[in-house]
This record gives sequence, C-alpha cells and structure tokens, in this order.
Amino acid sequence: MLEQTDVVEHRDAPAPSAATASTDSLSGETGAQAPNHKQTFDQAEPLAMENEKIKLEVEGLKLYYGNDQALKNISLQIPEKKVTAFIGPSGCGKSTLLRCFNRMNDLVDSCRIEGKILLDGDNIYDPSVDVAELRRQVGMVFQKPNPFPKSIYENVAYGLRLQGVKSKRILDTVVENSLRGAALWDEVKDRLHDNAFGLSGGQQQRLVIARAIAIEPEVILLDEPASALDPISTLKIEELIYELKDKYTIVIVTHNMQQAARVSDYTAFMYMGDLVEVGDTDRLFTNPIEKQTEDYITGRYG
Amino acid sequence: MAMDITSHTHHISQQFNIELDDIKTHLSEMGGMAERQVNDAIMAMIEVDLDKAEQVVRGDHKVNSMEVSIDEECVRILAKRQPAAGDLRLVIAVTKAITDLERIGDEAAKIARQAMALGRDGAAPRGYVEVRHIGEHVSRMLHDALDSFARLDLDVALKVVQTDRTVDMEYSTAMREMITYMIEDPRSITRVLNVMWSLRALERIGDHARNIAQYVVYLVMGADVRHGSIEEIEEQILQEQDDTGE
Repeated sequence: MLEQTDVVEHRDAPAPSAATASTDSLSGETGAQAPNHKQTFDQAEPLAMENEKIKLEVEGLKLYYGNDQALKNISLQIPEKKVTAFIGPSGCGKSTLLRCFNRMNDLVDSCRIEGKILLDGDNIYDPSVDVAELRRQVGMVFQKPNPFPKSIYENVAYGLRLQGVKSKRILDTVVENSLRGAALWDEVKDRLHDNAFGLSGGQQQRLVIARAIAIEPEVILLDEPASALDPISTLKIEELIYELKDKYTIVIVTHNMQQAARVSDYTAFMYMGDLVEVGDTDRLFTNPIEKQTEDYITGRYG
Repeated sequence: MAMDITSHTHHISQQFNIELDDIKTHLSEMGGMAERQVNDAIMAMIEVDLDKAEQVVRGDHKVNSMEVSIDEECVRILAKRQPAAGDLRLVIAVTKAITDLERIGDEAAKIARQAMALGRDGAAPRGYVEVRHIGEHVSRMLHDALDSFARLDLDVALKVVQTDRTVDMEYSTAMREMITYMIEDPRSITRVLNVMWSLRALERIGDHARNIAQYVVYLVMGADVRHGSIEEIEEQILQEQDDTGE
C-alpha cells in the first residue's frame, strides 16, 4: 500500500532527475515537495528540522496535574518518518509529553491541558476529535510488555477484529506482515496459536509492537520500550526501530542516553517540565548548546 | 555555549572524574617530555653536545611508550564510560594530540641524530643561526600549544596557528640561504644538508604544534578547524567569544 503511493509520487514529480529518483527510496513522497533532499548524499550535512516534513507539532503546551504544572509551555516539532527521542531525568515530563500525543492523559482526572498538538495540522485536542480513531493513528508501546492473555495470533489480530474485520485471509496476511515488521515472524511462525505469555520478555515486547503496527498507525510512541529487557533483546528492539522509521513516525522516551544516541535522528532534552534543547542527535551528543544538556548527557550533577 | 570543560570534577561518578583528570595530566606529562626532547635536541646541535644528542635519541622511546599508555587509557574510557559532549571531545582531542606529540618526539630524535653527525666532524658549520632562530619559534609554539590545551585558552591556540605561518615562511627563507651556502662552497654540501634536515624537522614540529592547537579549538568549541584558513579560525573563535560574552 505504502509502496504504491511512492510509485505514484515518482510519476507525478516534475522532471525526476537522477538525484531525486535515488533519494526517493529514503524520503518517499516528501522528496517531491522538499527539493533540499538533494543533500542526502552530503554526509557532512547535519539533519535540519527545516528540511523535514512535520508530522506532529506541539504549540505552547501546558499541562497541570491538579495545581502542579508538569509541562511548562512546550513548543516542539516532530518530523515525519524520523525517530525523535525525549531524554531527561525522572519527573522531567518526558513521559507526560509522550502521552499527550495520543491523549492518554485524558484518563487522569486531575489533568488539565492548555495549548495545542497538531497531527498533520489538525489539533488533536479539538472537541470533535474521535479519541479512538486518534489512538489508531497514534499507537503506543509501554515499558513492560503487555500482551493480552491470548494466542500470539489473536494478540496481533485483536485491533482488526475490533474494527470488525472477519476475513481469515485478511487477518492471516496482516498478522504475518505485522510479525515480520516487528522482526518476530521467524521466531513464532510455528507456534502462532500458543499463548503469548510463553514468549520471552523481548519477544513479548516485539509482539506488542506487532500488535501496534497491525492497525497501520502513522505514529508509534515508545515509552521506555527496552528498559525491562536484556541487552540482546534491547539491540533487537533498537534494530527494529531503525527499520520501522521507513514507514512510521517514531517518538521514544528513554532513560538510556546511549540508546537515544543510537536510535534517534532528533533528540529533545527536557528538565523540570521545560524543553531545554532539541536538535540533530549527532550534534546534541557531541556539542550541545545548553549547559544543562551537557551536564545531563555527561553524567554531571547540574 | 561556554561549557565548563575546564574541570572534569562534577560527574556523579567520582571514578570518571579521576579517569578524565588522569588523561589530561598524562597528556601534560607527555607534552613536557616532548618539549624537553625538542629543546635538548636544538641545544645539542647548537652547542655541539654529543652526549646530549645521544641522550635525546635514547630518550625517544619514553615518549613512544607514553603514547601507547595514554592511548590505552582513552580506549578504556570510550569502552566503559561512553563519554558524550565535552567529555567525548576531550578524549578524542587527547588521542589525537598524543599522536602529534609522538611524532614531535621522532622529529626531535632526527635533529639529535643530525647533531651527532655534525658534531663528530668538529666545529660549527654554517646554518646554526637559522636552527637557533627557527628552533626558538618552534619551541615556543609547542609550549604554547600545550599550555592552551591545559588551560583551554583559545587565544593562545590561535596564536600558535598564526606563528606556524611565520615559521613556514622563515623555513623557506632559510632553505634559500642553505642553497647559497652550498653553491658558494660545494665541499660543505654534506654538512649543510644535515642542517637542512634539521630545519625540516623543526618545521614539522611546528606543524604538529599547530595541530595540537587546532584540537584545542575543537575541544572548546566543538568546531573542526583543520584545513581551514587562519581567518576562518579567527572568525570562529571571535564568534564563540561573542556568544559567551567574554
């Protein structure tokens, strides 16, 4: 489905030069709109937000839990089909901010929000927004893998069944594609109908990611997806994140700074409810602008 | 933008503080050693001191082994601590600087060997004035480069880069002079060539000192100024100082 769209864009692009044709595999349909993608070949060129298509835009977001302000006037852009990492000490608001993207904070009674979050230009906090539909577009994976007490197959098929899909052929295809997409297929293809709890922690986490991508979201939110996993499973999740960004916009919260440095294209550093610094990950980890960022990523007490 | 990388004492991990301080201290020690080798080699030549020259040749291995041990320390820090930002730039700058210091040690040994060859033939030939003159410049450059590294002083680092250009010019003037000596008296060719090799070594030491000064710019500002013109480097430094309001 996605690939077809790409092909159409190829044909529509005015005078597709050699350069745009070969960068298209990376930039997809954005290549036609943003001519600066020619820079793809220039390795020294740092990533720049100006060259990105923006998927999510946070505008003046303030969030209160009762009288406590957890987010202080955050403004931030999340580029499409890139990995954006939020880092910061415990309680800095990074998970809170992540949860705003699919309105998980709606479930907290005392939570009050001011400001806007735009998904493709539309405010997700607009009263007319269907929250269930929003959460289909913006999927989420949590720190602890939370498979349903069902078979591997049913876990992945769950979202589609909820949408009323009954065709076994469609379900089979989606389950296989999603498990392949989550790099789990080869490990579970012979036991699809076993209980999901029989999988290891790392496999369960990939199963949950498969479940998230089965309903074809546009954005995937990852809240500490690897912090409960062993190093090998962690690497598999990181590898998976790298593959997933071809199709999805990914936002990840992690306490593991090296992980943020490895997997993300952009990094945002938050501290005490403020967004301190956001930028190209390579730059932020070698030459941060703000002293607070430097202190945090180098492990100093600020 | 002004990062407090002058002190590595604020890490939560005390051990990490110590490790970073150690590589800085060891770099200073190695720098001091290389500096001494260079000065001794120049003295040995000018004063026709064969013992001193031999001392320099035999002392080179100490500089070499310091390079190996500091390199190991840096690799260990990279493997265990995964340093970031200013810490990372410190480790990288140190690994690069020790390579230049090791080469400086080699060049000093070369000068000492030429001094021994010349000294065995007796009296001072022509060209020592040039060796003394360029030697003084280069020795100061090296001293300043190490000093700017220790104190993270961009102004001093810039001065080193500027001096390197002067040294390069003086080197080509000296070369022309050596050629006239050889034309005037072909019997002196072997000896003048020995002096030329020494001048060449001094000029190379100047280049290595300039490299070290450029790592200081990288360490402090995160900007890679190798292969840039002096004007570009000056501009970068001025901009940095504007940003920090110095």
